[in-house]
Amino acid sequence: MFITDSEVQSLEEQARKIRVSIIHMLAEAKSGHTGGPLGMADIFTALYFKLLKHDPKNPSLDIRDRVVLSNGHICPVLYATMAHAGYLPIEELLTLRKFGSRLQGHPHREFLPMLETSSGPLGSGLSQAVGMAIADRIDHGKVSPRFIYTFLGDGELNEGQNWEAAMLAAKEKLGNLIAIIDRNNIQIDGYTEDIMPLSPLFDKWKSFGWHVIEIDGHDMRAIVAAVREAQTIFEKPSVIITHTIPGRGVPYMEHRFEWHGTPPGISDISGAPAKADQVKEALRALGE
Amino acid sequence: MSNIHLNTKIFDTDVEQVPIRKGFGEGLLESAKKNQNIVGLCADLTESTQMHLFKKEFPDRFIEIGVAEQNLASVASGMAAMGKLPFITSYAMFSPGRNWEQIRTTICYNDQKVIIAGSHAGVSVGPDGGTHQAIEDIAITRVIPNMTVIVPCDAVEAKKATMVSALRKEEGGTNTPVYIRLAREKSPVITTSDTPFEIGKAQVFYELDTDRFLLLEQKRGNSTSTFKLDSDTHGIRHDVAILACGALVHNALLAAKQLEEEGIAAKVLNMATIKPLDIEAVLSVAKETGALVTVEEHQIAGGLGGAVAETVLTGLKRGQQPVLECVGVHDRFGQSGTPQELIKEYGMTVSDIVAAVRRALARK
Ligand SMILES: Cc1ncc(C[n+]2csc(CCOP(=O)(O)OP(=O)(O)O)c2C)c(N)n1
Ligand SMILES: [Mg+2]
Repeated sequence: MFITDSEVQSLEEQARKIRVSIIHMLAEAKSGHTGGPLGMADIFTALYFKLLKHDPKNPSLDIRDRVVLSNGHICPVLYATMAHAGYLPIEELLTLRKFGSRLQGHPHREFLPMLETSSGPLGSGLSQAVGMAIADRIDHGKVSPRFIYTFLGDGELNEGQNWEAAMLAAKEKLGNLIAIIDRNNIQIDGYTEDIMPLSPLFDKWKSFGWHVIEIDGHDMRAIVAAVREAQTIFEKPSVIITHTIPGRGVPYMEHRFEWHGTPPGISDISGAPAKADQVKEALRALGE
Repeated sequence: MSNIHLNTKIFDTDVEQVPIRKGFGEGLLESAKKNQNIVGLCADLTESTQMHLFKKEFPDRFIEIGVAEQNLASVASGMAAMGKLPFITSYAMFSPGRNWEQIRTTICYNDQKVIIAGSHAGVSVGPDGGTHQAIEDIAITRVIPNMTVIVPCDAVEAKKATMVSALRKEEGGTNTPVYIRLAREKSPVITTSDTPFEIGKAQVFYELDTDRFLLLEQKRGNSTSTFKLDSDTHGIRHDVAILACGALVHNALLAAKQLEEEGIAAKVLNMATIKPLDIEAVLSVAKETGALVTVEEHQIAGGLGGAVAETVLTGLKRGQQPVLECVGVHDRFGQSGTPQELIKEYGMTVSDIVAAVRRALARK
């Protein structure tokens, strides 16, 4: 067993607070992405509050694990998690997307140097993570103290560059590389299987030579177990396909691709409360 | 100017505002009704790029490519080779950004007519930030042989540009691949359906007639009794010409109006086609005024400013060379903010244009 019941509870409560922050920051910004960030809050919490080797007070710690956010549009969850973990003041989250803010609409290292990469344009994060993993292995051989994590969207996997990077990672036997796919079944124009079918996703990665783990992305125990398993795989890169519900925690947003890139409070979307009530209702659903 | 039928409300604060990309969506739909060879391909941004209007009417001629812009460009090339007329859309950063080499080789080098509509160009994209603000797209498209590059100034012109691009050269259009640059935000409607649009032709959107020019001369304290009309310029000699493209044409017009009130005669040209550039028009205003100011929501390097610099330096004799000031982005990336904040931060407001005109005149 990797985790106690009380630890699970405290991580779940932390994830809830992060979701609340996500709603606050998007409501204030009046633009930005909601579905993906809410769906990924559990995994980010597990990573930053339990699994990652890092020091929020010393972001440039040399032996830190690296996190590459390839699906940069879900940065509200990254910023909120980093703030709750102690990297940034929580009040700063309300500057998201504003002029002069460190929290750019898509992550930019020039504004926030503690980010490992800038992102937003999809499809290039896995390659950058592969580059980091290869460099790390050159420096530390097979016994590197670091892991390189990268987050990918499922729609993002439409980009061919992912598969170029996947081949290279397998060829280079990058046991220090762990990719985490947000398998939430949505992208902008609709559901992934209508836009560009990805199934069978498990088999695709397996046939590319990766160690593949498939989990419920809202189950803290499963998340922790999956990352620990990936860490033990020695001469293969690992990918964790995390099945998530986009908009998780706010019932009117759940599973709806329309909430991919819309914040609460600015548009009338069928199935949702009136614009004016969306923020209040989201916070209520999250237990505020 | 009377023959170009601009919107009479351009100088009013309540001028109608429409996103330029909307004109593209409407133009594509109209063209597709007339030409059944038109097909539409999109990379997971059907509504943002306004291709949804076409998709709704012609679902069988629409192909969803997914988030895969390189595939988008080359699949379109293949379809063109079989006689289709493909329109491809994404954000400008990703098409023609991400897929530049595919556009160069499989579309332009192959000389297949594909129409590439890049939406969300310029810093006025706003809060999404620098990764999504294409400010290099004019430069990277205009250097490709066979390519035509169009930057409409408003939604009405975008509709016309789209429809004309769909026509063959014999019909008044073009047989080359075309890049049409579109913006996300609402912007003032400058033109009307009666305003002429022709690929490769600049249009004068602001100039002084004889009466206004004489008034201006009086204001400057010049005697007008001996005033002689200049035969080259069919009348009067403007002090400066502002060459603008895209939504910033509106700021250029406001600047020209303000300058006229301040006693400076400015002419404004709408440079809707960046390639082929209307060389004749550029050289003619260069000779008339001796002072040019370019205005674009794009890097100065390689954009309209670059194109005008190349044209006047290579096209005019020593002594005829105008001074040139460029309003646009100076070698920086974009960032998050409101469109207004960013237009100010990057120096593209009406007062920035007025200041550039004053710098140009001081150097004349
Ligand atoms: C190269 C590139 N093309 C297009 C886009 C626009 N875009 C942003 S998010 C997105 C959909 C991505 O789907 P997914 O990765 O599943 O993210 P989710 O909707 O689940 O958050 C698209 C097409 C982009 N950011 N980058
Ligand atoms: Mg998705």
